[in-house]
Amino acid sequence: CFAPFLCLRPPQIRVKPDRTGVVTDGVKHSMNPFCEIAVEEAVKLKEKKLVKEVVAVSCGPQQVQETIRTALAMGADRGIHVEVSGKDYETLGPLQVSKIFAALAKKEQADLIILGKQAIDDDCNQTGQMTAALLDWPQGTFASEVTLEADKLKVVREIDGGLETIKIKLPAVVTADLRLNTPRYATLPNIMKAKKKKIVNVKPADLGVDVSSRLEVLKVDEPPQRQSGVKVETVHDLVEKLKEAGRI
Amino acid sequence: MGIFQRFARIPLKSTYIWSLCRQYSTDLTAVDRALIQHRNPGAAPPRLPFSRVTQEDLAFFRTLLPGRTITDPDLLKSSNVDWLKTVEGNSEVLLRPKTTEEVSQILRYCNERNLAVCPQGGNTGLVGGSVPVFDEIILSTSLMKQVITFDNISGILTCQAGCVLENLSNYLEERDFIMPLDLGAKGSCHIGGNVSTNAGGLRLLRYGSLRGTVLGLEVVLADGRILNCLATLRKDNTGYDLKQLFIGSEGTLGVITAVSILCPRKPKAVNVAFLGCSSFQQLLETFQCCRGMLGEILSAFEFLDASCMSLLEKHLKLTNPITESPFYIVIETAGSNATHDEEKLHKFLEEVMTSSLVTDGTVATEATKIKALWSLRERVTEALTHEGYTYKYDISLPVEKIYDLVQDMRGHLGDMAKNVVGYGHVGDGNLHLNITSPSKDPALLAAIEPYVYEWTSKWKGSISAEHGLGLKKRNYIYYSKPSEAVALMGSIKAMLDPKGILNPYKTLPDNIH
Repeated sequence: CFAPFLCLRPPQIRVKPDRTGVVTDGVKHSMNPFCEIAVEEAVKLKEKKLVKEVVAVSCGPQQVQETIRTALAMGADRGIHVEVSGKDYETLGPLQVSKIFAALAKKEQADLIILGKQAIDDDCNQTGQMTAALLDWPQGTFASEVTLEADKLKVVREIDGGLETIKIKLPAVVTADLRLNTPRYATLPNIMKAKKKKIVNVKPADLGVDVSSRLEVLKVDEPPQRQSGVKVETVHDLVEKLKEAGRI
Repeated sequence: MGIFQRFARIPLKSTYIWSLCRQYSTDLTAVDRALIQHRNPGAAPPRLPFSRVTQEDLAFFRTLLPGRTITDPDLLKSSNVDWLKTVEGNSEVLLRPKTTEEVSQILRYCNERNLAVCPQGGNTGLVGGSVPVFDEIILSTSLMKQVITFDNISGILTCQAGCVLENLSNYLEERDFIMPLDLGAKGSCHIGGNVSTNAGGLRLLRYGSLRGTVLGLEVVLADGRILNCLATLRKDNTGYDLKQLFIGSEGTLGVITAVSILCPRKPKAVNVAFLGCSSFQQLLETFQCCRGMLGEILSAFEFLDASCMSLLEKHLKLTNPITESPFYIVIETAGSNATHDEEKLHKFLEEVMTSSLVTDGTVATEATKIKALWSLRERVTEALTHEGYTYKYDISLPVEKIYDLVQDMRGHLGDMAKNVVGYGHVGDGNLHLNITSPSKDPALLAAIEPYVYEWTSKWKGSISAEHGLGLKKRNYIYYSKPSEAVALMGSIKAMLDPKGILNPYKTLPDNIH
């Protein structure tokens, strides 16, 4: 079972002076919350003896190894670090990542890929779906419940109208939504054990994947500064101000 | 005259269990004197003969503070009751000055009219010191919330006394600094109140107390004189250090209107470890190991016991991140280099795990997880409020004796108490002992006090490590201070506030008059 996950940047966001993106230098990377839920689900399946092995995968620079270790401490068996750094990492998007995951899935002969529904830095919500399409596998996205029934997967999906239950054949791709589970804390004995687990380094070229982007970011801007409000003394003044602003 | 009049007015009900006092070898004469006058040393004494607020007084205040003189009983309610909802006063006037000059005029007027004043910040105090006992005028700092200056080279912040601690933290964090103190009440408490009570908190282990970090104060005295000692200097040995008098004086010597404080740089890397220990002895050994291996990056060492954890799970639905243990430790490190700190932390964790000092644990390096682990310690007070009435004791003891008090109290109280829990700043030798019962129980209180104070006094501890004395503990001062010291405190009070209008009935024992 594959639990690929994404590393994301934390909340204090500043736009780069050249407006090509956000500042990532010296900023701490940590596991994407939805991907954490995915890892937890994979580990749970292994604990129920429904899957044989959990492999944690992540694409990115050196720092990514730390987050793979966290996944190992949560119970994954081994890790794969797909090295992408510098300019390539800045332009790495869902399409390239999906190609990498698809290539790895074939190489490792995976039966199930679980990932977070979206990364909280770009909110794309595309990787899971693209990976399934590239592999021509069925997909159960926005999963809030996953059950293995013989050789099929029953997935309850969170959709706009409520909950949808589908049955898909394996091998398949599942993307985790918020209510799928509550990720466990990695406890010290497991953190110690995780140090001995293997993380293998792989380059995208080794998988025959070209990580160049076909998208060009034109500009990144901060949201408009919030204007301070104006206090008025009477209801009459309020009505006047609203009229002035063309609101009524 | 004074003492005997009051004595006669107090109804003497059943015998006071002060024979317990005799069992311990403490200086009892002063203790006897204080206790003998009061059936319940924590309760309010009779009202002193201050003037009462008249229409003329209200007219003066309304002219001085238009729209900021509150007399509506509904609005006054929350300022008349303390955070724990255990003490309630009957003030009819709440004043909200914006400037030091306004505070000065208020006090000058009240001093002339002999009107008692209760200064109030965020009203988060735990010893009934921040609310009126009778009809004292409440002087609130809630509108004095301006930051005056901040120097990002020296890290010195100057601000008005009504700034909320959390707001100051946010202001500083944008500029890469932090406040030198942090406590659970940060969302509501005012820096003026923190200084008046010499608040301790979670970072004292690393940055020291306010007595070191406060560089200057602006204080308005009882007669309205403005004392401007708002220096922003790290070093200044010119005469007596007056600000130390006001720090921790709980609003009884002057009203603090502005503070200048030295702020540390914001750490680049913060890590939190949550560990489980099977005995208090092992907890202490973990502390020693921690001091040795983490040393300069250690910024907090807190503990809570298994009873606290079950209350957190029961009332706040928080999950225990590790296996159930008799004791839990929260360790925080703060430093300027993430890799360096993590390496140190991991070496330390490996050491305590392999030597079995610690049975289980988890680590957090990322903001949301850190917050989740800290809430297990910070929200114990909140969880306790759901258990009914809480009797709170904030005790300083030699560190090895800290948990002995909790176990002793459990044995001593037996079935009378619903919960007896211990948690706190074990790194500073400070225990928060909390005892709960479904509702207020005088028999339980009589069993707890003065037993707990006698116990503390026996081991030369402090009966109030950081919460102060306020109303509830004023008469117990003799358990931790000799009578000569208390007498000198009385002289200082008489000199600075001859009419006694500033926060009466608080901090100093009733027999001081």
